[in-house]
Amino acid sequence: MRDTRYAICEMLAIIDYGMSNLRSVRHAFEYLGAEARIVDSPREVERARALVLPGDGAFGPAMENLNAFGWLEPFYAAIARGVPFLGICLGMQLLFETSEENGAHQGLGILRGSVKKFPRAAGKIPQIGWNQLQIKSSSRFLAGVSQNAFAYFVHSYYCDARDENVIAARTEYGVSYASVVEAGNVWGAQFHPEKSGADGLTMLRNFLALAAGETAELRPET
Amino acid sequence: MLAKRIIPCLDVKNGRVVKGIHFVGLRDAGDPIEQARWYAEQGADEVTFLDITASVEARGTLLHMVERVADSIFIPFTVGGGVRSADDFRDLLRAGADKASINTAAVTKPQIISECAEKFGSQCVVVAIDAKKSSNVMPPALSKAKGETSSEKSGAHWQVSTHGGRKETGWDAIAWAREVERLGAGEILLTSIDRDGTQSGYDLELTRAIVKAVNIPVIASGGAGTLEHFYTALSEGQADAVLAASLFHDRVMSIGEVKQYLAARGVCIRK
Repeated sequence: MRDTRYAICEMLAIIDYGMSNLRSVRHAFEYLGAEARIVDSPREVERARALVLPGDGAFGPAMENLNAFGWLEPFYAAIARGVPFLGICLGMQLLFETSEENGAHQGLGILRGSVKKFPRAAGKIPQIGWNQLQIKSSSRFLAGVSQNAFAYFVHSYYCDARDENVIAARTEYGVSYASVVEAGNVWGAQFHPEKSGADGLTMLRNFLALAAGETAELRPET
Repeated sequence: MLAKRIIPCLDVKNGRVVKGIHFVGLRDAGDPIEQARWYAEQGADEVTFLDITASVEARGTLLHMVERVADSIFIPFTVGGGVRSADDFRDLLRAGADKASINTAAVTKPQIISECAEKFGSQCVVVAIDAKKSSNVMPPALSKAKGETSSEKSGAHWQVSTHGGRKETGWDAIAWAREVERLGAGEILLTSIDRDGTQSGYDLELTRAIVKAVNIPVIASGGAGTLEHFYTALSEGQADAVLAASLFHDRVMSIGEVKQYLAARGVCIRK
């Protein structure tokens, strides 16, 4: 059943920079009633009412692609205008300053901190499967999601966020790391909300509410 | 904590779900979309589809099914069966599968594992290993893997088979598991051919031997019959996930019941 409330969110742009299968992200947003479009030209960023940066794969090639095709300036401009921006998985990692994945790489630098490899002692790498969210603050992205809810993760590197106050949720896998970040209109999820069942859909709905200019109801801390 | 996963498996033929006992005697048991949705609602952590359609012409039917599944559920799903090349693999991912599993092609040309891992990332490359108890095994051809080729303590051996257990490779399953990890597989779907369809329990010795040999997740498959079987596969067998088909399919028990039972016994599962 389609939710028509967010049809108002006319132009949700899912950035195609050659780093992932975007179909499931688009489908989840469409299921929620948004008009989600996969865009492969930075010019379209200007018209977007909300931006989603997904991604699987390696940090270095992802930044190279973003740089080479001129995505960076439009991103910074959109974020400065207050356009809601959601990074998913690698898309969240790219928000940070640096990454140590196969060498040293510069990220978008929107959030302070670096992307690091899980220590060997953490367990099997990549982490694949459902892990828990220790919700730290009454974040808008996590409104309606219960404490210790499970989300679906697939990753070998994690975000070591420097500012504690941008961390909306933490997850444990050998280390305790930022699994949800929220800084104004910039949000990030290390897991795949589009593959995290009902809770994941709730989060994407919260993002659409932000994009549609609604105030998501804040969940009291538990 | 990372949860142990419960995975229902749907065998599909010509876009319809069928059920297998010892891989023979199939019967129609429903629409894949309806089944997948039902399992997702039940709390399945993933869904696996194994396409047992033999003909290459039916590939389009499968891809169409994968697209429809991708549009219907919001949990990860894996599709296996008939992957002969990196192109077949890519088609499944493009249609919306989160992971694809390779079985026979991995045995006949192991480089397909590394090719897929390089192109699409290890996280979506599942290698299915069908293992059968055997007294006579040898290391896989082309193997660069060294180390033990049998379960160290008991000296038990399992050999890799293909075509649902009908063809034997003679290869040692443990050495093969190490080899597929080295080639870039992200996960192993381990089926005990001896136990498959018997409902007499997972092969714990086999499962544990493979889990110990590699550092990638291992999904135990073949033999689930009781709630206890799921528990022992995850505890004694040390599997990361358990897969079952007919038990869920015939509604002998639900995924919810399995999860409740495991949670009561202290296993970390997603509620």
